[in-house]
Amino acid sequence: MTTDNTARAEPSFFEYKKHKGILAWILSTDHKRIGLLYLYSIMTFFIVGAILGLLMKLELIAPGKTIMEAKTYNGVFTLHGIIMIFLIVIPGLPAVFGNFMLPILIGAKDVAFPRLNLLSWYIYIFGAIVVLMSQFMSGGPPDTGWTFYAPYSFKTTTNMLPAVLGAFILGFSSILTGLNFIVTIHRMRAPGMTWLKMPLFPWALYGTAWIQLLATPIIGITLLMTVGERLFNIGFFDPALGGDPILYQHLFWIYSHPAVYVMILPAMGVISEILPTFAQKTIFGYKAIIFSTIAIAFVGYFVWGHHMFTSGMSGTALYVFSILTFLVAIPSGIKVFNWVSTIYKGSINLKTPFYWAVSFIFVFMIGGLTGLVLGALATNVHVHDTHFVVAHFHFIVFGGVGFAFMGAIHYWFPKMYGRMYDETWANMGWLIFFIGFLTLYLPMFYLGIAGMPRRYFDYLPQFHGGNIISSFGAIIMITGLLIIITNLVRSARMGPISTERNPWNGKTLEWTVESPPSLENFEEIPVIEKGPYEYE
Amino acid sequence: MYSADQLDASSFVEGVDRVFYIILGFSFIFLIVITVLIIVFMIKYRKSKHPKAVQIEGNTRLEIAWTIAAVILVLALFFIGWAGYKPMRNIPDDAMKITAMARMWQFNFMYENGKVTDSLVVPVGQAVELDLIALDVIHSLYIPAFRVKEDMVPGIEKNMWFRAQREGGYDIFCAEYCGLEHSFMNARVRVLSDSAFQSWYVDTTRVEISKDMLPWQAGYEILRKNGCVACHTSDGSKLVGPSYRGIYGHMAEVETGGQSREVIVDSLYIRNSIFNPNDDIVNGYNKGLMLSYEGLVSDEEIGLIIEYLRHISQ
Ligand code: HEC
Ligand SMILES: [Cu+2]
Repeated sequence: MTTDNTARAEPSFFEYKKHKGILAWILSTDHKRIGLLYLYSIMTFFIVGAILGLLMKLELIAPGKTIMEAKTYNGVFTLHGIIMIFLIVIPGLPAVFGNFMLPILIGAKDVAFPRLNLLSWYIYIFGAIVVLMSQFMSGGPPDTGWTFYAPYSFKTTTNMLPAVLGAFILGFSSILTGLNFIVTIHRMRAPGMTWLKMPLFPWALYGTAWIQLLATPIIGITLLMTVGERLFNIGFFDPALGGDPILYQHLFWIYSHPAVYVMILPAMGVISEILPTFAQKTIFGYKAIIFSTIAIAFVGYFVWGHHMFTSGMSGTALYVFSILTFLVAIPSGIKVFNWVSTIYKGSINLKTPFYWAVSFIFVFMIGGLTGLVLGALATNVHVHDTHFVVAHFHFIVFGGVGFAFMGAIHYWFPKMYGRMYDETWANMGWLIFFIGFLTLYLPMFYLGIAGMPRRYFDYLPQFHGGNIISSFGAIIMITGLLIIITNLVRSARMGPISTERNPWNGKTLEWTVESPPSLENFEEIPVIEKGPYEYE
Repeated sequence: MYSADQLDASSFVEGVDRVFYIILGFSFIFLIVITVLIIVFMIKYRKSKHPKAVQIEGNTRLEIAWTIAAVILVLALFFIGWAGYKPMRNIPDDAMKITAMARMWQFNFMYENGKVTDSLVVPVGQAVELDLIALDVIHSLYIPAFRVKEDMVPGIEKNMWFRAQREGGYDIFCAEYCGLEHSFMNARVRVLSDSAFQSWYVDTTRVEISKDMLPWQAGYEILRKNGCVACHTSDGSKLVGPSYRGIYGHMAEVETGGQSREVIVDSLYIRNSIFNPNDDIVNGYNKGLMLSYEGLVSDEEIGLIIEYLRHISQ
């Protein structure tokens, strides 16, 4: 990862090493190195999670046992969920691109608390190790699903405790990152960067950070209660001990629903950065986008009940949760309108990040619209806990976060590495991935409507057709993923040098600094006079 | 939404499917319009065709208009969703009551006259109320063809109802993940004509055993009907519980009240294992998984089960 630095005033941050070898990474408090640490850890876990997903799809290619036993399958979907949710999409964009780009986007040298930032990464890795330990201890891999629903999680003899403790530890990493970003955004914006001159990715991170800070403690306490119940038989949730299993579901979703917005808000932020740059046009409705970000972050706290429409809530609760769920769809819809209006009459540079961004809008719409089916009570009852839900949240979480992540990495790649990737391979990877993604998840909507429940090791013959197509899609998608990752890894090490500061003609601050940035990002802290996307 | 021959399987189908069609129809239109716009813009305004972008910061009127449109739309969708759901909560007074009981990994249905079955048999046209009981963990009773689903939560009394409208057989699935054999936890609803239902109902033999079955064959039928085979195999392999093969007459190492001891597996022991499974825990297995079958399996049936265990232990 050495770069040509002949023309530079300051060496790139890659050159700046206080320590040797790996220590230069794991002891550095530079926000860029921490961002990359997260990138490499998350990518590694992602490959594991994706392989687990592929194994499930292969198992489901035919009814009956195909490649594994029911017990293994249950362990696999549990681990797949835990890895994907707690280790990847929740930290995901904030930890990688938030860390790397946030300070640069707001004209700062680093985040407010660099050492705390490194600590967050250590906590993250520690949590990950605890989670993974659950796979290798004597009781066998946990088989509860990533939701750890009571009372099954108390009945199972598998290692649910380490998995729960791991998730608990990961929560702290999330809280600290959130805290760090809030302070950074409040205190460290460049002179002249008023709130309404701040780019939209930082805005999204700001909304996200508040959710991380306020909602994560709830899952922390819930998981701790679970541990207390399992170890000391305190009856919180298990009816056998006088507890209430529905209470567990409430507490779990009070966090885990806002967590969906922890995942999706930064993704929306990334899209709001990519589109103006590649349309060479200012964002349409800057304030409306900010307002909808805040609205989502706020209303998102009050819709958790829509995960529990069949668990026996009162009629009023159902009514309220359903209506709030519909209301939270509005700001997301508005963002879609704004994005589409942004490319209207632009001068569109059809590059890989742009393809990711527009395909994001497409999959995000499908995810959001099927969310309406789930938000409406009558239809929810039929498709709740079926493959329909699985398809829906993969469109939102994997489609949303995944596509935005891919867009972000291709967008900022030349900035981060000072090298360029091979565009033909990148586009081909995108196309194959996109086709595979749709082939994998669209049939699941059908399967769910036809009545196939989720977390199903085996199924009745009437569900075979949809499953074959879906499994086939998984294979295509993984092929695309391999192409993308190979291209990126290869290019980061030996792609053509691209030390141009502004390869895409972007207007935000990261395009004014060197590629890769120097240790302190800016030679001189800029003074901001214009809005973030002014092309005139 | 399901297959065409089941379109009127229950009285909810029409209402629920209408909501499906409205929301999905709206979604398709929305998706297609926006996607076409995106593609048109990508082609029309690509750099080579349109080298200079026109800067547009926003359009307050337009933005207010689409916000209001969105609010009205989602409220309308919410409302039809609610209206389609409401009947599911209003259980008619004349509903016939059946208790639905779930345990790992078996549904049982108990009728007011004491009849117990593993498939749900109901008369056509009659409102049926299911009182839901879960014995161990959360299950969820889901009949896709009827568009109904309700979680069965241990320790909480709940119910659901439906009115079947067409004779025939339909699937019941457990929709809430409940452990190892969750995906095998399914059953059937049989919707019978009134007269067929009546003659079925008055016959209170629990497991239909045909005359020409040997006692051990009847025993196996009882094990199957009660879902015992979900946890116990007959081929010697270990599942959730010990295999039936070779158990009769052998010495079992068990834990009784915290003390290890050896017992001989005889009729008495087996009977007690079925009615009070947590008295003696076989070494290497876990407590609390097998629940008591008291009231579900009669003494006479236990006799037949023992015949079967004897048969495969010879
Ligand atoms: C949810 C799983 C499950 C179901 C369903 C189940 N069992 Fe069991 N059974 C177990 C487990 C676990 C054990 C061992 C622990 C114990 O002794 O309680 C066991 C033990 C037994 C034993 C004692 C075996 C020995 O070697 O001493 C008998 C007999 C038995 N079960 C019969 C039945 C019958 C008959 C049924 C159906 C009416 C049934 N079981 C249903 C899980 C189950
Ligand atoms: Cu179940």
